[in-house]
Amino acid sequence: MSDVAIVGVGCVGFLPITPELSYKELMYETAVKAYEDAGINPRKDVDVFVTCAEDYLEGFSIFDEFVPDQLGAALRHLFTVSGDGMLGLATAYMLIKTGHFDTVVVEAHSKASDILTYMDIVQFGLDPIFNRPLGGHPYYVAGMEMNRYMHDTGTTPEQCAQVVVKNRKNAISNPYAAYGANVTTDQVLCSDACFFPLKKLEISKPADGCVVMVLASENITRKLTDNPVWVKGVGWCTETPNLETRDWSRAVYTEIAAEMAYKSAKISNPWKEIDFAEIHDLFAYKELQHMEALKFCNYGQAGKLVEDGITALDGEFPINPSGGLLGMGYGLEASGMQKLLEVVLQLRGEAGSRQIPEAEVGLAQTWRGIPTATGAVAILSNSE
Amino acid sequence: MFGKKRVAIVGAGVTLFRRNIKETGKELSYEAVKMALNTAGMELKDMQSVVMGSAPDAFDGVHMKGEYLADGAGAHCKPYTRVFVGGGTGVFTPLAGWWHVASGQFDTCLVVCEEKMSSCYPHPQFAFTTIFDPILERPVGMNLIWIFALEMNRYMHKHNLKKEDIALVSVKNKRNALDNPIAQLAAEITVEDVLKSEIMAWPVQRLDVSPTSDGAAALILASEDVAKEVTDNPVWIDGVGWCIDSTQWTNRDLYYPDYVEYAARMAYKMAGIRNPPKEIDVAEPYDPFDYKELHHIEGLLLCKKGEAPKLTREGVTQRDGDLPTCPSGGLLGCGNPIAAAGLMKVSEIFWQLRGEAGKRQVPCDPRTGVAQAWGDLMQYGSVIVLRR
Amino acid sequence: MSAKIKHFPGEEVETKDIREGKIPTEKFRPKAKFAWSAGVAISKFLDELKNGKIIATTCKKCGRIMVPPRIYCEKCYKPTDGWAYVKDTGVINTFSVSFLAADASRLKEPIIVAIINLEGASEGMGIVHRIEEVKDWKKVKIGMKVKAVWKPPKERTGAITDIKYFKTMEEI
Repeated sequence: MSDVAIVGVGCVGFLPITPELSYKELMYETAVKAYEDAGINPRKDVDVFVTCAEDYLEGFSIFDEFVPDQLGAALRHLFTVSGDGMLGLATAYMLIKTGHFDTVVVEAHSKASDILTYMDIVQFGLDPIFNRPLGGHPYYVAGMEMNRYMHDTGTTPEQCAQVVVKNRKNAISNPYAAYGANVTTDQVLCSDACFFPLKKLEISKPADGCVVMVLASENITRKLTDNPVWVKGVGWCTETPNLETRDWSRAVYTEIAAEMAYKSAKISNPWKEIDFAEIHDLFAYKELQHMEALKFCNYGQAGKLVEDGITALDGEFPINPSGGLLGMGYGLEASGMQKLLEVVLQLRGEAGSRQIPEAEVGLAQTWRGIPTATGAVAILSNSE
Repeated sequence: MFGKKRVAIVGAGVTLFRRNIKETGKELSYEAVKMALNTAGMELKDMQSVVMGSAPDAFDGVHMKGEYLADGAGAHCKPYTRVFVGGGTGVFTPLAGWWHVASGQFDTCLVVCEEKMSSCYPHPQFAFTTIFDPILERPVGMNLIWIFALEMNRYMHKHNLKKEDIALVSVKNKRNALDNPIAQLAAEITVEDVLKSEIMAWPVQRLDVSPTSDGAAALILASEDVAKEVTDNPVWIDGVGWCIDSTQWTNRDLYYPDYVEYAARMAYKMAGIRNPPKEIDVAEPYDPFDYKELHHIEGLLLCKKGEAPKLTREGVTQRDGDLPTCPSGGLLGCGNPIAAAGLMKVSEIFWQLRGEAGKRQVPCDPRTGVAQAWGDLMQYGSVIVLRR
Repeated sequence: MSAKIKHFPGEEVETKDIREGKIPTEKFRPKAKFAWSAGVAISKFLDELKNGKIIATTCKKCGRIMVPPRIYCEKCYKPTDGWAYVKDTGVINTFSVSFLAADASRLKEPIIVAIINLEGASEGMGIVHRIEEVKDWKKVKIGMKVKAVWKPPKERTGAITDIKYFKTMEEI
């Protein structure tokens, strides 16, 4: 069974707004970059195209109607995965592993600035019988989870604030980031506690952008590039959609997804065998919760790691060198791809001033946001 | 297929299809999954992965409805993905299940399709306005029936057909559905009845169309090793194909579905089929409108372009004909809960190949069957080839 | 649907019982508002409509003149090479006569909708629009010539509806 590698990437964004480009044009520009990077012609060389989108984030029912032309997929084999871009990567991985397909393209984007009522759409994702009638801004779900998490683990508000400081600072050196800034812990702690204990500056702001990746089987990879990034393992999991029955302090979906990915990648000691990680930080506390679920440290210990600077860009185990979503901007269903993009750039040695020296194995993790308990994990490496 | 993993269907379940069903989307999914597990003699803990297929979120009225349906679909703490390609979803979801197992990543995959169109108020038709381009098409007041009517008119014009030729399909399918316990609109009607029925958007009349419905269906897929343990009668997925055409549907000649042909070629190549009319014993093409069955029979390369009405007139597509088509009663007879309808067609081929279709059983002892679905703005074709 | 299965789940209920509140229901109206950036190609198209003109894009490789315009040719997968005006006359590629409005309610007077292949564009390049000023809808035929009827310049806003409708060149 063939190994799978990422042979080309393209990214446009992430920016707070992109009024000059329609979503189609955004996708076209990004796809052209990715195909150029891989050295392929999508009309001839691509077997399958995967797009990751949700109707209500685009404003169209059946979004894949509007996708093929700009990716070069008109009268070709394309479909939509209604999920995060990393689920698209997992799909591409499986397609290549079947042995029937050699080159698969994965695309995900965010045109958050086109959505006028984003929070109402998030609320529309809540259970219509049990949760929605209660009204209120749906991010109260995150506030509840943060509260329980801090209660069970003893994580402090200061530790959560430090995640924001670290990530937004990292983003300054990232040309793909929308919200790089020098923020202090005090500023975060004093910001409006709109969903107590979750504070305004701990919430990632949406941003527009698109990421396209080209994956290939071993044979094709060797023909196309000397610098492939191998997909060593993927895992994904849905715990439950129900708020009433889920675990509120552990990210169970990440634990199970990570187990699956570690098994594939033959990793038994994540802390030792992985060099850096890109973790979903839609809310600052989530970075800590996910770190524990990924078994980078014991339950309740993540706060200390960020406090001691271990996860800083120049620390022992850099987490979110890209600036995370707090720094790059929240790319909705493309957030998993934002994570993967940084891991690929780091492993290729193309991360500019953010470069982590001698990076060999990177992990990317994603979560589908409120109100889901669904996530995915991917482990990439530049050595076979 | 040499050296590559084989995947089999080992169980299937379908709920009733009705205009309004009391059960919620989660409950419908649960019922279909339970039924499928029972027929396979397996349990939920044996399912290593789950794939859901469901058409627009606007019907159920929940954003990210894949997440919402996850628990009903049996995906608690399991790898779960939702795929969505408009109307093509019902046949596409088992293709997604196929690569879960064929990749070697999982030994089993639970495939579920659910649709609860009745939730959309005042009528599900209205949700369809959002499939059109907001700048160039919605301001003209586009309605879903219109694009079918435009296509039907073009098809009739190109091949010089009369309504009588096409109405025969509606008559056949609704009669076939009389033998289907889940059917919503089974009836004995005549070509006259179709021609006299209310004009919706000429040339489409009421009896040319399938209704909106609620329903769910599920399949159990297993790798070769597991399939051989649980059943003596696996049905192999030998060919998968899918294709999407350009967004610019007003730039195409709608008389022929290229996208179905490309999808069919992909599936036939994988299955090693070189002469489809000879090698395929039974077919379930997607028939949301009667002319669509003809359109798709041609797209599936089961006859030459423009020849499908002749096959219908001559009885070739009846259950006891040379190419039984829609023995289930199709969407015209059973109802159209989009994704579930497509999966129902796949499960019909499954039951036919196993000889378990009861009164609907086609007498030709079928070994190879094909199911196909269509979707989007006259764009999507998904095709699956099954073999005993 | 296997002959071996005897019971099929699903309890049917009537639409009127739901409407009359006999079945417990929860109602919700989502606030889903979007404002899509039209982008380069469509913005220009809409601007030209305001001027009473229809503009297309051209691709040198396949030679097509494409309307609605786009900044990339989906066949050749490359940026389009330029702009070209096409006529506001054309031929009916296909049409339908609808007695249903967008929300599925019945209409007394039918709406005629058609795909119109515009003159000056490549073969098969059509746009969708309405046909009006037809006395007898049964006389509409595929292949008939049609011409656009525009809103007066002051009323145009840069939308597809700046063309009010198309009418057949011969009176029917």
